[in-house]
Amino acid sequence: MRDLNTKAVNTWCPGCGNFAILNAMKSVLSSLGDEGLPLENIVLVSGIGCHAKIVDYINVNSFYSIHGRVFPSATGIKIAKPGLKVIGHAGDGDAYGEGIEHLIFAAKRNVDLTAIIHDNRVYGLTTGQYTPTSPLGYKGRSTPSGTKEMPINPLELMLASGATFLARGTSHGLELLKKIIREAILHKGFSLVDILQVCVTYDNLYEYYDKRVYELKDHDAGDFDAAEKKIREWDYNKDAPIALGVFYKKDAPTFEESFSGKGLTETERQKKIEALMAEAV
Amino acid sequence: MTDISILIGGKAGFGIDRSGLIIANILKAMGYRLYIYRDYPSIIRGGHTFSIIRAHEEKVASHKKRIDFLLALNQDTFDLHKAKLTDNAVVIYDSDSVKVENLPAAGPSVPIPIAKILKDDSAPEIMRNSCIVGALCKAAGISWDILDKEFRKDFSKELDLNLKMARRGYDSASEIRKISLIDQKKLPLFSGNEATALGLIKAGLKTYIAYPMTPTSPILHYMAGLADEFSLKVIHPESEISVILMALGAAYCGERCAVGTSGGGFCLMTEGLSFSAMAELPVVIVLGQRPGPSTGLPTYSCQTELHFALNAGQGEFPRLIVAPGDAEEAYYLSQAALNIAWKYQMPSIILTDKNMGEGTYSFDNGLVPDIKEEDPVLWDRKGPYSRYLDTETGVSPLAFVPEKDNVVKINSYEHDESGLTSEDPATTKVMEDKRLRKSEYLAAELARCEAVKIYGNKKAGTAILCWGSNKGVCIEAAKGLNLKVIQPLYMSPFPLTQLKAAMKGVKKLIAVESNATAQLVRLMNQYGLDADETILKYDGRPFSVEELEEKLRKALK
Repeated sequence: MRDLNTKAVNTWCPGCGNFAILNAMKSVLSSLGDEGLPLENIVLVSGIGCHAKIVDYINVNSFYSIHGRVFPSATGIKIAKPGLKVIGHAGDGDAYGEGIEHLIFAAKRNVDLTAIIHDNRVYGLTTGQYTPTSPLGYKGRSTPSGTKEMPINPLELMLASGATFLARGTSHGLELLKKIIREAILHKGFSLVDILQVCVTYDNLYEYYDKRVYELKDHDAGDFDAAEKKIREWDYNKDAPIALGVFYKKDAPTFEESFSGKGLTETERQKKIEALMAEAV
Repeated sequence: MTDISILIGGKAGFGIDRSGLIIANILKAMGYRLYIYRDYPSIIRGGHTFSIIRAHEEKVASHKKRIDFLLALNQDTFDLHKAKLTDNAVVIYDSDSVKVENLPAAGPSVPIPIAKILKDDSAPEIMRNSCIVGALCKAAGISWDILDKEFRKDFSKELDLNLKMARRGYDSASEIRKISLIDQKKLPLFSGNEATALGLIKAGLKTYIAYPMTPTSPILHYMAGLADEFSLKVIHPESEISVILMALGAAYCGERCAVGTSGGGFCLMTEGLSFSAMAELPVVIVLGQRPGPSTGLPTYSCQTELHFALNAGQGEFPRLIVAPGDAEEAYYLSQAALNIAWKYQMPSIILTDKNMGEGTYSFDNGLVPDIKEEDPVLWDRKGPYSRYLDTETGVSPLAFVPEKDNVVKINSYEHDESGLTSEDPATTKVMEDKRLRKSEYLAAELARCEAVKIYGNKKAGTAILCWGSNKGVCIEAAKGLNLKVIQPLYMSPFPLTQLKAAMKGVKKLIAVESNATAQLVRLMNQYGLDADETILKYDGRPFSVEELEEKLRKALK
C-alpha cells in the first residue's frame, strides 16, 4: 500500500478540525485503494486557505489552485480525463464567497467531482473575519460590531442549483465523516459535503455543535422535498438541531460524458484542414 | 491594375455582413484577391452597418477611402458615404426607401425598387440583399452563371427564392462598369479569427474555452462548428475566470487548450495568467483588442493592450506574445504560440484586434512557413517524478496524471521541485530563476526565426514601423512613397537584435499605431530605441490607404 504521508510539515493549529478531515481522507483513499481504485487516478484540487494545505499533506496527485477557483480547475481536469477521481477541497470563504458562481455552475452541470467544503465559518489564514456562513452578528476583525447580514444555507443553495449529492459532516465524529466522504466520492455526479470543521483559534464551536448534531435516520435521500425540509431545519443561524448525513442523492447524466471526441493524429488534422481550405476556394 | 472598392450598407440586422461575404465570394471566383472591412455598431437592430469589399489583382489587406460601387439599402448608407464616391462610381440603391439627390459626382445610378420586388413574391425582407447583389452583378457585367454558382454554395435555405430575388435585381439593372475576370489561381477567404482557429487546431488543440466577447466570439462559434469534424471540446463557461482555470485544469492532464477574449475578459483572466506562470501550466490566450478603457467601443478596433499583455498578472514571469498582421500570420503564429506554450510551459498570448480578427482576407497557404506540432519535454520515467525539477533551461520534464506509482503535484504557492509549498528563501530564489531562465532559451530560439519582417524598399532611408493589423495598410502606403516597412511579429521576448538589424541604415523611423500613446514605441524605449515620428489613430477605425499616405507625406516633409 502506498504511504499517503508527504515530507511536508503540518502547520495547522493544534486541535484544528482540519486534522479530522485529513485523517478521514487518508483513511477513505487508503481503503478505496485497497479495494482496487488505482491511487494514481485520484486528483485533489484545493483553493487557498487553511483547508488547502491538505493537498501538501497527502501523497496523491494534486492541483493547488487559487482562491475561489477550485471548481473550474476541477472541471477542466475532469473534462480532459473523465476517468480520474477528482476531489475538490475548498473553504467556506473559497467556495461560498469568492468562487460561489463556479460552485453553482459545477452543480448545475453535474460535473462528476466531489466538493469537500471545510466550513469553519471564519477566515482562518487571514486571521479571523466573517464568512458567508458566519451567523448574523458575528464579530470578526472586519466586523467588530457584528455582521449585519444573514448567512447563506449552502446546502439549500446547492439543492436549488442541481447538485446530485448533498451531505453534511463534522470534524468531531470521524467514523461518520469517513462514511459520508466515501459515499460522496463514489457518487457519480456532483457531490458536496459541507463539513462543519472547527477553527479552534478563531471560532471554537466544538461544544456548540456537539450539543446540536444528530445523525439522519429513516430519511429518504431520493426524495427532493424531504431533503429540502431537512436541509432547511437549520439555516446556519438559528438555534436548531443540526442533521448530519446524506440529505439528497440522485442519478443524472454528467457534463463530461457529453464530450465524445477521440482526438485526431497530426496527419488526420492536416488532411482535414487542407480539405477545408480546398473547399473554401 | 484593377482595384475595386464596393461598399454595401444598411441597418444592423439587414444581413450586410453576409452580403459582403457573398459579393467577395463572387469576386473570388473571378480570380480577385479580397479584403473585407466590416463596420458595425454594438447593437442588434438599427444603427448603420456596412462592409467594404476591396477586390484587387494582388493581395491586399487594407481598405480604400474611395468607393467604386455603393450599394445603399437605406438612406444613411447613401448620405454617409456619398462623399467618397469616385467620378465614375456606380450607386445602386433601393429606390423604394433611398433618395439619391445631389449626387456629388456625375456617376450613373441604378435604382432598384427592392421593396416592390420582394412584395411581388412575398419574399422576406432579408432577401433585399440577394436583390441588390443581383443588381450589382448586372451593373458590373458579371455573368449570371458566376452569381448562380456562388449562391448555390452559400444558401442552404430558401435558395430558389434568393436566386429569384437576385434575378429580379439583375434584370432591373443594366451593365455600366465592367469588372473583368482575372486569370489566376483562386484563393479561399478566411477571417483572421478563422485563421487563428485553424492554426491552433493544426498545432494540436484539443479544447477551446471562451466566454463570448467581441471581437473574438467568432473563434468560439467557428470552433464550435468544427468541433465534431476535428474532435474538439468547445466549452462556454460562466465567466472568463472559469475559462482560464478550466484550461489550466485540462493542461495539467496534458491537453492542449486555448482561450479567447478581449481586454475586459482578459482583466478577469489575469489571476489565472499568473497562476499559469507559477504552476508552469501552458495556455494560449487569444486577446482581441478593442478600444477602451472599460467597455469602450465594443465593435471597433485598436492596439491598446500591448502593455497590458506584457505586464498583466502579479509577480514577474516570462510569457510569449505574438502579434499577427493578417490571416496567414494568424495561422502561422497561432501554431507557434501553442507549440511554444508547451515547449516552455508558459502562457502564450496571441494579440489580435477587431480589424484583423473580423477582417476577411484572401488566404494563401503557400505563404505560410511549414510548422510542425512539437512534443514538449517529457519525463523519462526514471526515478521518482519531480514536477518542478530544476534544469539548465528551466524547463522541467512533464508527466501527466495518471502516472503509476508517482504523483504530479502542481502549486500556485512557491514550491520545491516536488511541487510542495515552500517559503524557504533559497528555494524561492532557485524557482524564480528557473522560471525566468526559460525566457532566455525562448529568446535564443526566436533569434533563429524571422521575428521581425521587412517589406517595401529595403534600402530606403525612411521606414515605417508597425505591428498587427496595420501591416497591410502600411505596406500599401509605403509602396507609393517608396518607403521601407518594419513589422515585429513577436513582442515578448522582444526581438531586439533583429529589430536593430532591420533599423540599420534607417535615418527616419515613423511609427504607425492604432493607439494614443505609441505603445510599441514605448516598448522600444525600454531597450534604448526610439522612433522619429508617430502617426497615431485611436478613433476605433482603421487607416484607409489614402489617409495613411497623406499623414506619411506630412511626416516626410
